[in-house]
Amino acid sequence: MRITIDQDVCIGSGQCALTAPSVFTQDDDGFSEVLPGSEDGGGDPMVREAVRACPVGALSIDDE
Amino acid sequence: MTEAVSFPQDRTCPYHPPTSYRPLREAGPLAQVTFYDGRSVWAVTGHAEARELLADQRLSSDRRNPAFPIPVARFASVQRTKTPLIGVDDPEHNTQRRMLIPSFTLKRIAAMRPEIQRIVDDLIDGMLEQGPPAELVSAFALPVPSMVICSLLGVPYSDHEFFEEQSRRALRSETAEESEDARVQLEDYLGELIAQKEKNPGEGLLDELIEDRLRAGSLKHDELVGLALILLVAGHETTANMISLGTFALLEHPEQLAKLRADENLMPAAVEELLRFLSIADGMLRVATEDIEIGGRIIRADDGVVFPTSVINRDDSAYASPDELDFSRSARHHVAFGYGIHQCLGQNLARAEMEIALRSLFTRIPDLRLAVPAAEIPFKPGDTLQGMIELPLSW
Repeated sequence: MRITIDQDVCIGSGQCALTAPSVFTQDDDGFSEVLPGSEDGGGDPMVREAVRACPVGALSIDDE
Repeated sequence: MTEAVSFPQDRTCPYHPPTSYRPLREAGPLAQVTFYDGRSVWAVTGHAEARELLADQRLSSDRRNPAFPIPVARFASVQRTKTPLIGVDDPEHNTQRRMLIPSFTLKRIAAMRPEIQRIVDDLIDGMLEQGPPAELVSAFALPVPSMVICSLLGVPYSDHEFFEEQSRRALRSETAEESEDARVQLEDYLGELIAQKEKNPGEGLLDELIEDRLRAGSLKHDELVGLALILLVAGHETTANMISLGTFALLEHPEQLAKLRADENLMPAAVEELLRFLSIADGMLRVATEDIEIGGRIIRADDGVVFPTSVINRDDSAYASPDELDFSRSARHHVAFGYGIHQCLGQNLARAEMEIALRSLFTRIPDLRLAVPAAEIPFKPGDTLQGMIELPLSW
């Protein structure tokens, strides 16, 4: 699994960091980012819920 | 097709959707409703369809569009004025929102928790000193978010009687003229405050925006006034209703309250479930700018669309036994804060305020109860944010 965030789309709602805080955080400008080392989701089952929670579809998962 | 339901209607119980919306739930995921002016508007009631459409930028939030639906006669004249953030589309909306999001991150909200707790504790001290009884809306539910948003923005709380009254008039007055007058008064007040802050900077989001944006020329004075107005009104009216109605719902569901008392870790899930169950912003509006095919129907360009969140958040394909308040469920993915680019900017602040307010209230006043029978307590009509007008409590 590889997680990517499109910061051009992100609106800073913080839904991903709220849903899966072990994988996502927000930078000082309010945009979401993946915590260093967690790009593969770290096996957190909440990653998919976080993707679904994003109100603007800024997160995507590549399952390869 | 069933006969079109008129919209909005008053709730029969403060926390359930109006019983007269039942045909909408049955007709879903889209149905026609009739507004006060006779206009037919699409009501989206399906949860999946609502999420899809709220994220679809072919639906516009621009209130200046002559086809934008107007649900209440008193908004007919004021609605045509430009409303920043909530009343504009991208790219304008995106530019405005990006100025504000650094102040609403989870980290910034977490840093505000001690101050929110102090505000909540002081207000409960006051209730305990002066009561029982107490009227929760004026003693607690309104002052908590009002003090918090003042602190965040850098607006003096000493002016709260003025701006709370003008907010109430803007949202709930009888006539368009009164509503418009309230907006003008709030704009004049904030315009003067911002002018003062330009000379004598203080601390808060408005001061940061003056320093970073106004002085740099990327934000005009009247634009900042417009943003300040939205943040101030949205920041206290909404959460105040969630605290008052949330308290009422908890007192009316003692088994859920007991569950919450037994396990404090349930609080975030309980707040999420209260947001879903209460759905206080019960009628978000959009206008289609192009034809949109959804759920076997076609929304035509210039059609009005309304999202009755109380119905959407009780779609039984998304939530089992949706009419039950149940803190054991995952209420995630509700649309109480909206969805798409306009999803509530202050949602994580609202969550923190609700958690701290409700936990502290029921911990410090464990035998809190209604002071009068539930059926006698007045709540807000269907054409505004839902919540209690008064909530007389005893202990």
